[in-house]
Amino acid sequence: MLDLLGDVLKRARERGATAADAFLVEDRAFSAQVRLGRVDTVKHARAQHLSLRVFSGKSAAAASTSDFSRTSVERLVDEAVSLARITAPDELSGLPEANVLAREIPALDLDDPTGHDLSPEEKIELARRCEAAALGADPRITNSEGGDFADRRARYAYAASHGFAAEYGTSSFSLSTSPIASENGHMQRDGWYHVTRKRARLDSPEEIGKTAAGRALRRLGARQVKTAQVPVVFDPDMAASLVRHVAGAVAGPSLYRGASFLLGKLGRQIAAPGVTIIDDGTISGGLGSRPFDGEGLPVLRTVIVDKGVLTSYLLDTYSGRKLGMASTHHAARDGSGVTVGTTNLYLAKGALDPKDLIGSVKQGLYVTELIGFGVNGVTGDYSRGAVGMWIDNGELAYPVEEITIAGNLLDMFHAIEGVGNDLVFRDRTASPTVLVGRMTVAGA
Amino acid sequence: MTTNKLARPERFFEDRFGLTSSALERLLGSHLVGRVDHADLFLEYRVSEELTLEEGAVKKASRHVSQGAGIRAQSGERTGYAHTDDLALPNLEEAARQARAIADQSSGSMAVAVRSGRPHDLYTLAEPPVNAALDRKVALLLKMDAAARASDPRVKQVIASLGSEDVVVLIATPSGWTVGDVRPLTRLNVTVIVEENGKREIGNYGGGGRVPFDFFLEADRGEADRWRRYTSEAVRQATIKLHAVEAPAGEMTVVLGPGWPGILLHEAVGHGLEGDFNRKQTSAFSGRMGQKVASDLVTVIDVGTIANRRGSLNVDDEGIPTRRNVLIEKGVLVGYMQDRLNARLMGGEPTGNGRRESYAHQPMPRMTNTFMLAGQDDPDDIIRSVPHGLYAVNFGGGQVDITNGKFVFSASEAYLIEDGKITRPVKGATLIGSGPEALTRVSRVGHDLKLDEGVGTCGKDGQSVPVGVGLPTIRIDGITVGGTQV
Repeated sequence: MLDLLGDVLKRARERGATAADAFLVEDRAFSAQVRLGRVDTVKHARAQHLSLRVFSGKSAAAASTSDFSRTSVERLVDEAVSLARITAPDELSGLPEANVLAREIPALDLDDPTGHDLSPEEKIELARRCEAAALGADPRITNSEGGDFADRRARYAYAASHGFAAEYGTSSFSLSTSPIASENGHMQRDGWYHVTRKRARLDSPEEIGKTAAGRALRRLGARQVKTAQVPVVFDPDMAASLVRHVAGAVAGPSLYRGASFLLGKLGRQIAAPGVTIIDDGTISGGLGSRPFDGEGLPVLRTVIVDKGVLTSYLLDTYSGRKLGMASTHHAARDGSGVTVGTTNLYLAKGALDPKDLIGSVKQGLYVTELIGFGVNGVTGDYSRGAVGMWIDNGELAYPVEEITIAGNLLDMFHAIEGVGNDLVFRDRTASPTVLVGRMTVAGA
Repeated sequence: MTTNKLARPERFFEDRFGLTSSALERLLGSHLVGRVDHADLFLEYRVSEELTLEEGAVKKASRHVSQGAGIRAQSGERTGYAHTDDLALPNLEEAARQARAIADQSSGSMAVAVRSGRPHDLYTLAEPPVNAALDRKVALLLKMDAAARASDPRVKQVIASLGSEDVVVLIATPSGWTVGDVRPLTRLNVTVIVEENGKREIGNYGGGGRVPFDFFLEADRGEADRWRRYTSEAVRQATIKLHAVEAPAGEMTVVLGPGWPGILLHEAVGHGLEGDFNRKQTSAFSGRMGQKVASDLVTVIDVGTIANRRGSLNVDDEGIPTRRNVLIEKGVLVGYMQDRLNARLMGGEPTGNGRRESYAHQPMPRMTNTFMLAGQDDPDDIIRSVPHGLYAVNFGGGQVDITNGKFVFSASEAYLIEDGKITRPVKGATLIGSGPEALTRVSRVGHDLKLDEGVGTCGKDGQSVPVGVGLPTIRIDGITVGGTQV
């Protein structure tokens, strides 16, 4: 892999590029879906992708290909170099300074060398068991969108013309199921999943299936509630979506474009004192961990919000320069070059049992699913469709649906009155249960 | 890549990768024929380009090439699918073996003889947009930046982007049947950030289709050039929002403007009428064929055959020519959208809706251009008929839970209607309703059917495909508006 990257960078220089970097991904993936106990789909995938960024003086351009033949790669380089001639120069463009590059590649235990040795039949069996556990959990589980097992093994390599070259491998395994519960002619779908970097750490298929069934069953009989302003409790997965909105608003490109509701808020209180948000790319075996960022800088642990105070933005080299700051080592590669991305992003756990958080609410909403895109990143205005349970006198009383929750993200973060102690890294972004003091719930 | 070669997908894959029709036939024949209910090979070559302007200059430009093959074998309800980026014959043979392994014996169900028909010719272009000269594209983006800034001093930031692609596909089956398509697509988008007294807002607008680059330079229905209209729309939307009041919360009468608000149909009924969900009985519309699911005023169709539209296709991704499918006729559910697998299993015929994001994805029933037919009412009369409600004219995205039928779509430009008059602009808000019920509450349908500008992208199971929507002005007597004002 590094040989190919070396050739690409060499040709870029020969064609007149003053600097260049290139990123390469190769992977093999497998997935199996079983539905109602029978094999539905089995998928084998083999993919490769090379992306290149070139600089011609202060002008930049990017190109990518999945065709690694010599002629195609040469054409890719030539096209990138000629594209860089039509883009406008930007004084701040360019590779990071050589002295900030990662010197050592930390061992983050992201690969599972023995985990991929299951046969397709064994993988199908895991998916089947997962779905079967959901189907068998209750007679009201009457249908299913299936049980899924997937695994993927990938290698990533990065090289830059100022001398950096390194590669690493990752594994991932996932198991999920989406059962459908029905009662009185009404159906409800929900699901549960687990994703890990080590197969041995996957939750058992039975556990995932049972949880999925419980989630679908508790939605049966859901109704609308009357429009009201009430406290809203976000379950961990939904609270994590709020954390993602903060990460989007503190990403360099949102800030230098003036497209962020957190613009100019560095050093200021943007949330209740119970809120601490961290991005940590160094967690061993973490789903979002990586040994270096998309520009070869070492990953770090970054405190974004410390007890409610905004303490760091998320920056790559370019957006850092635009804001007169150093990169926070959050460069990520996308097809068009470099952007800002998070690693393992989480809201630090609090002291409260989630039951007590719910118990503290007299009348309110416990949110378990959010749909739609009603978030304005510039103003922080927030309005999304919600599904959950109505809280009556501190107890989860009955399921609700066809409602929205609305507010403004800045107001919502200031209004966080409680943070649970139930932080689990189930995904790249994680959060414990969170209680927001007041939002508008719109219904009938 | 020359236009000439692109016009002949069969020759393209032969010339570039040595994949002759006899080689493909051998590949599919030796591995797949006779053992499965259906098998196919999907070859794809995609070139795309993206130019982005910000801070008054085009500083980002990128060009991408992706290629690959997807091989599929189906037996009964089972599908084996394998894809690879490497089009060398031994790799394709391995993929064919993998695809077949799971579907190794035929279910015995009769493979439906599909009348494939001739592909349409909806978007042959003299010059595909991806091939248009870069300096002309850069000049257009710069003009948009200048026009936006000149139109209003409150414009602080302009981000304009032009994306273009050209996709060559070839679909082959073991019987030796092949069909190809060359699909140009382009989209021009502009985002502005405006600021007034320390308050900032954002406005977005754009358009496109399977059209040449010059499309953006042309006047539209006697109005301004398209690029100029997109730019002034983005500025107008952003500045209106600066003075928007809190949106109302709760159930009320809503009037939807024509065009893009057709996303309502896409979410409320479109997804629920895709064949896969109905075969699996997981849709809120399952088993409701022939039943009343909308008011008499409502006829909804999905049409893949409109020339140069973003959601149109000459053939779908299984080689079936697209067509006009009536989904709801005068309020009655009359049709589903099908791909080959679900049509075979439900005993129907494929409707030209078998689509996939790329060779790395297997086809599913998907929408093309989905819209409601025009009614009789004057749009102004519809607004005048509402004592108190919301008039929503522009939307962001939407989403639906197929199983319980609940859907959302988020208004980005909306106004209060008070005593039959449009009054104050309100902040963005999500609207939520129930698919099988929402359209039964449609009480007025305007005569002003409009299709959207050509910017829609639909996501399903992690696959994105370009789509179109359309709507005349309609009145819905009761849907929940997710504002903050109680």
